[in-house]
Amino acid sequence: MRHASAALLLAAAAAVAAPNATRAQARVADSISADRAQYPSTYARHPNPPVLITDATIMTAAGREIAHGAILLRDGRIAAVGTAAEVPAPPEATRVDGAGKWVTPGIIDPHSHLGVYAAPNTDAEQDGNEMTSPVTAEVWAEHSFWPQDPQIALAIAGGITTIEVLPGSGNLIGGRTVVLKMIPARTVQEMKFPGARYGLKMACGENPKRVYGKRNQFPSTRMGNMAGYRAAFIQAEDYRRRWDKWRQDRRGDPPERNLRLETLAEVLRGNMYVQVHCYRADEMAQLLDLAREFGFRIRAFHHAVEAYKVADLLSQAGTAAVVWADWYGFKEEAMDGIQQNAALLEQGGARVSLHSDDPGGIQHLNQEAAKAMYDGQRAGIPVTRDQALRWITANPAWVLGIDSTVGTLEPGKMADVVVWSGDPFSVYSQAVQVYNDGWLVYDRADPKHQPRSDFELGQEPAAGAAR
Amino acid sequence: MIALLLAQTLVISGATVYPVSRPKLERATVIIKDGRITAVGTHVAAPANATRIDATGMWVTPGFIDGAGQLGLTEIGNVSGTNDAGVKSDTVAAAFNVLEAINPASTLIPITRMAGVLTTLATPETGLIRGQAVLIDLDGTTVEAMLVRSPAAMVVEISEQTKDLSGGSRASSAARLRQILDDAQEFRTRRADWSRAQLHPLAASAADLTALAPVLRAELPLVVIANRRSDLETALRIAQTYRLKLVLASAAEGWQIADRIARARVPVLIQPLDNIPSYDELSPRLDNAALLAKAGVRVALLEPDTHNARNLRQQAGNAVANGMPWDGALRAVTLTPAEIFGVANRYGSLDSGKVANVVVWSGDPFEFSTRVTHVFIRGKEIPLTSRQTELLERYRKLPPEY
Repeated sequence: MRHASAALLLAAAAAVAAPNATRAQARVADSISADRAQYPSTYARHPNPPVLITDATIMTAAGREIAHGAILLRDGRIAAVGTAAEVPAPPEATRVDGAGKWVTPGIIDPHSHLGVYAAPNTDAEQDGNEMTSPVTAEVWAEHSFWPQDPQIALAIAGGITTIEVLPGSGNLIGGRTVVLKMIPARTVQEMKFPGARYGLKMACGENPKRVYGKRNQFPSTRMGNMAGYRAAFIQAEDYRRRWDKWRQDRRGDPPERNLRLETLAEVLRGNMYVQVHCYRADEMAQLLDLAREFGFRIRAFHHAVEAYKVADLLSQAGTAAVVWADWYGFKEEAMDGIQQNAALLEQGGARVSLHSDDPGGIQHLNQEAAKAMYDGQRAGIPVTRDQALRWITANPAWVLGIDSTVGTLEPGKMADVVVWSGDPFSVYSQAVQVYNDGWLVYDRADPKHQPRSDFELGQEPAAGAAR
Repeated sequence: MIALLLAQTLVISGATVYPVSRPKLERATVIIKDGRITAVGTHVAAPANATRIDATGMWVTPGFIDGAGQLGLTEIGNVSGTNDAGVKSDTVAAAFNVLEAINPASTLIPITRMAGVLTTLATPETGLIRGQAVLIDLDGTTVEAMLVRSPAAMVVEISEQTKDLSGGSRASSAARLRQILDDAQEFRTRRADWSRAQLHPLAASAADLTALAPVLRAELPLVVIANRRSDLETALRIAQTYRLKLVLASAAEGWQIADRIARARVPVLIQPLDNIPSYDELSPRLDNAALLAKAGVRVALLEPDTHNARNLRQQAGNAVANGMPWDGALRAVTLTPAEIFGVANRYGSLDSGKVANVVVWSGDPFEFSTRVTHVFIRGKEIPLTSRQTELLERYRKLPPEY
């Protein structure tokens, strides 16, 4: 089953529409919290004039690399992209001379803990892991997220336009993830990517069994991990059945609301993307079996240092591998990480995305893509520049289910665009401008467009542009 | 075949050679014999029976030196049985020298050296006075065979972590350091009194105080890891009082007092990509290395991640992207660290008589597109293989042939 069934997609549409349900339903629906808006996005596009970038090398992440190309951003969308002749030049557009510069889609990090493990990283900011129970599907990362995390601005300066923030990996089921636009904002609601679905964070292997095993609690083994996921989804099956039945016939009182099972039921309905922290190849195979048992799909394995060993299984399952360029060795399950992981996965037909999982690494995902591409090529594995760019744009967009909106430079896509000082695969290149939905959120040459969080104010001396 | 090369003369010819000690040489030749460089130049006659490596179009540099990390001291980050870098039972461990903990069979060593990082500082971890760091070459079956210098530095940390090891205040940890240095001085001259128990109680063990003697004689560099400006200033003050050979490491806020560091002639070890703010470093910057170098400070660059010490070149490239001159960045991963750790007479540049730690690159060593084509450690060609290349070959085609 490669794609979610039509029925599931309809169910998803219904769930999204629930807050605006018809008046006929409203009488009953308004009586229970489950039918009201659940923490909606308040994201609004920042108004700005059209922007025309000319004479740049444009890498579309959709197959084309255009020398001396142009791109027009208007009303938050990519209006046109191509050679100078192919792109209109409206007089009201702000012109950006792209000579010698390169343009790519905004970079997307599908695995970040910004805001939930915010700087300055004291105990007060340890909000990413609700390690009080091995299954905490009821917690939502957005409820921990601190929009004044100074690391956000640093990531923006590295060309990041969208991130997925996940709960940590201390639990078997850690909670809901959230997809955010990387813009300066006062509330997380303003950053929530409009229309993006939630993800469910799960974790394999060493972390959950260590966290609970040390306390002499369940689970303390990998088999305990598996039993823990299964027990949770068995409960969720029952919960889903009771609620779906009640929603259909509306007979009697609604079933009791259970936040933990509500999230897991959404997974079973196909309305949420399952994102699994998993290092070892054999455990990925176990998790794929778990998903088959309960009839859901795993969108991606994150960290996935051994994914190259099972590229064929991932390809068959339609599950992406979200990996680092070269991290390995910090724990036993990470010992077999190799620099050709991404390239071998690409060769094996699996969908590959890079990720940072790190406030430093998120600032140079372009460099990580460069390393992974060249390390592959060096080993004789064919990887194109377009493919490598897709590892940090179109493919993470797919992992988050927003690939029809962002991830490539194509007309109609959201105007998330980075202008680089040179080839983004060179160590010497830096993001010089970052547009998010057409809004210039970062300009290396203009301090007025270099966001700083409240946390950074009043520092003496102030850090400069080259933070 | 590699063993045979040992006894032979090696000629690397046709390359762009960066001796570091002087400007680059085009279409130049490097001759290696008996583990040493015997000639570098554009008009060097190659011996008739030499093994030749045509490096036309390639770049040749000295082996990179990473003055940080725990190579040889750790295998798997969170498996404590494989970690030997720190004395956890004592916050003052001046007598602790990591030498005998170094594991020449570590799988991390081939992974690192095949990327051009050939010499690293095995650095002790944890504590106010962490202990003695040892400089090693990344080849050899015994620690004796790997050894470049031991000790190469005494390592101290002044930070929010170490203040809590000394009463809870930065002032109390500074006072403790001064007391230990005072006692080390006194112990040196009154050892006999100490033996007869005619000396006041000392602030550290006799072994620790003895180990600090070369630091007080300014023979052994004192590496102080610190980031906050006030902590860097404390280190400068202590070094001035005791006339120590100070090296600042990490130094995230060093840029704020670059002139003062330059005037004190204190070299600095920098992690170029360190820019995450914390209360220990509220204003780190990516151009820290560039600003320090511009002020005249001798800067060496670090990749502190032991497993990815191979990314030293990425760190250097980012220092350049943020304003450090390219030549300065190359020096900062070769000759400058060699000078800081007192081995510049043998390491850090391609000059006649120096140890033949040499890397042949396909281009600019800092660029991701560049690959290493040859590595020589002490004149011996190192195979470009590791546990990771074996994994790659095993899983290149699926399913693997076990």
